[in-house]
Amino acid sequence: MSQGYLTPPIDENNAGFWEATRRGVLSVEQCTGCEVRRFPPRPMCPHCHETGRCWVPVSGEGTIWSFVVPHPPLLPEFTELAPYSVIIVSLAEDPRLRMVGNLVDEPGDRINAFDPARIEIGARVRVVFEPISDSIHLPRWVLL
Amino acid sequence: MLKDATAIVGIAETQFAKHLEPSEYELACQAIVGACRDAGIDPSEVDGLASYTMETTTEVDVARAAGLGDISFFAQVGYGGGAGPGCVGQLAMAVATGQCRVGVAWRSRKRGSGGRPWAGAHQAGVSECWTRPFGLLRPVDEVGMLMRRYMHEYGATRDHLANVAISGRKYANRNPRAMMYERTLTREDYMQARWISEPLCLFDNCLETDGALACVVVSAARARDCRQPPVMIHAFGQGLPQQHQTMVNYFNDDPLEGPAWSCARQLFRESDVRPEEIDVAQLYDAFTPLVPLSLEGYGFCKRGEGAAFTEDGALELGGRLPVNTSGGGLSEAYVHGFNLINEGVRQMRGSSVNQVEGAESCLVTGGEGVPTSALLLRRAI
Repeated sequence: MSQGYLTPPIDENNAGFWEATRRGVLSVEQCTGCEVRRFPPRPMCPHCHETGRCWVPVSGEGTIWSFVVPHPPLLPEFTELAPYSVIIVSLAEDPRLRMVGNLVDEPGDRINAFDPARIEIGARVRVVFEPISDSIHLPRWVLL
Repeated sequence: MLKDATAIVGIAETQFAKHLEPSEYELACQAIVGACRDAGIDPSEVDGLASYTMETTTEVDVARAAGLGDISFFAQVGYGGGAGPGCVGQLAMAVATGQCRVGVAWRSRKRGSGGRPWAGAHQAGVSECWTRPFGLLRPVDEVGMLMRRYMHEYGATRDHLANVAISGRKYANRNPRAMMYERTLTREDYMQARWISEPLCLFDNCLETDGALACVVVSAARARDCRQPPVMIHAFGQGLPQQHQTMVNYFNDDPLEGPAWSCARQLFRESDVRPEEIDVAQLYDAFTPLVPLSLEGYGFCKRGEGAAFTEDGALELGGRLPVNTSGGGLSEAYVHGFNLINEGVRQMRGSSVNQVEGAESCLVTGGEGVPTSALLLRRAI
């Protein structure tokens, strides 16, 4: 379970996302009017100004867009993990939809276990989930 | 029209140091009164104020302590390092439209003494909850992410970032005000420095500084009677591009085309000076990558050429475009970029310790990666 990562607060904007991750599903927000998908969520569609919105599943596959390897000074929660890597994934459905996450070899691995030297921009990845609390299952990514 | 309607006629700064004893409040007052003295204007004549939303000292407090007059215009600009030129530009608009006659902008910050803004568990922001739980915590991580992508797309290397850090340090080594005045920086030092967030090392990061700065804006007509040679505010722009996300601009069509691009469109729409005619630039440099990104955004080179632009000493005195001639945020002081404004004024007065001979125009920018602002300053004719 938790390795002391920051636990994001659940609010009206993200509750649907975390509800889906608890079922092992990655999702993005979609406008109920024009059906354009967006991420991160927001209370109005920038295209048609519809306020209706829902979370729709995506395949959970994508490619690495970029990455960094943070070193201290960091928050206490991350200091003992450093150096670790953080990646951005462009989703397969639309490469302009991107999510920040971490690469692992196996679900549940610590985020510093993956050797940053193995990370390549453009590499294909697939989502997995790591429960860090009862309500928050963080997306992680494994190489395809 | 704003063009050349107003001028900066006074500047001042406190000492810059890792730790200063006085409060931010006191430092703010010192800078404001100092800038008025530099202009030859009594503080009781000040009737306009502009500051950063991150400023802790209020208009009420500085007006009471510095003995300012009745304030008829007061405004704040948001987004940290994006705000500096915006404060000055908004004062210029207020002076030009008659809302005030003597405007003062300032920034006072004891960032050196502590209080790293990222050092909390906050995740309530609309983007924070999608970045911080994964360990993307600090501005340096957020900028490093963009830079890694930039390096991948355009073949930029750490040598290019070193060019930025080293040129800034060379200027600082000739500037007695600079925190790094006595500390040289070699390419070897840079390459051997500890990582902060790969691909960025220690020397890709700005300093942590206590200090305050201020400047005085009046009409072009009034400026002719002031103590110092006036420095004309030729053009001003702000920029918050479509679908921008502050600091973590990863969630749009083209993350590498940041606020500098939209700010530049407004700035050069109003300017008689084209980018290729600009003699010297003060480009916001909280992190070295912001310099090549700004070089591109403000049109000194094409997209993807900003890193290569830094080669062959281009940013140094005598180079293609001297940049951050006081040492900037990397090597003089980091006070949310306000020192870049004052250095721009000195260049246009002809009084910089790293004076660019014959310089007649200077670009001063706020932070790239956040909603930003820029000023084009000109020597009075």
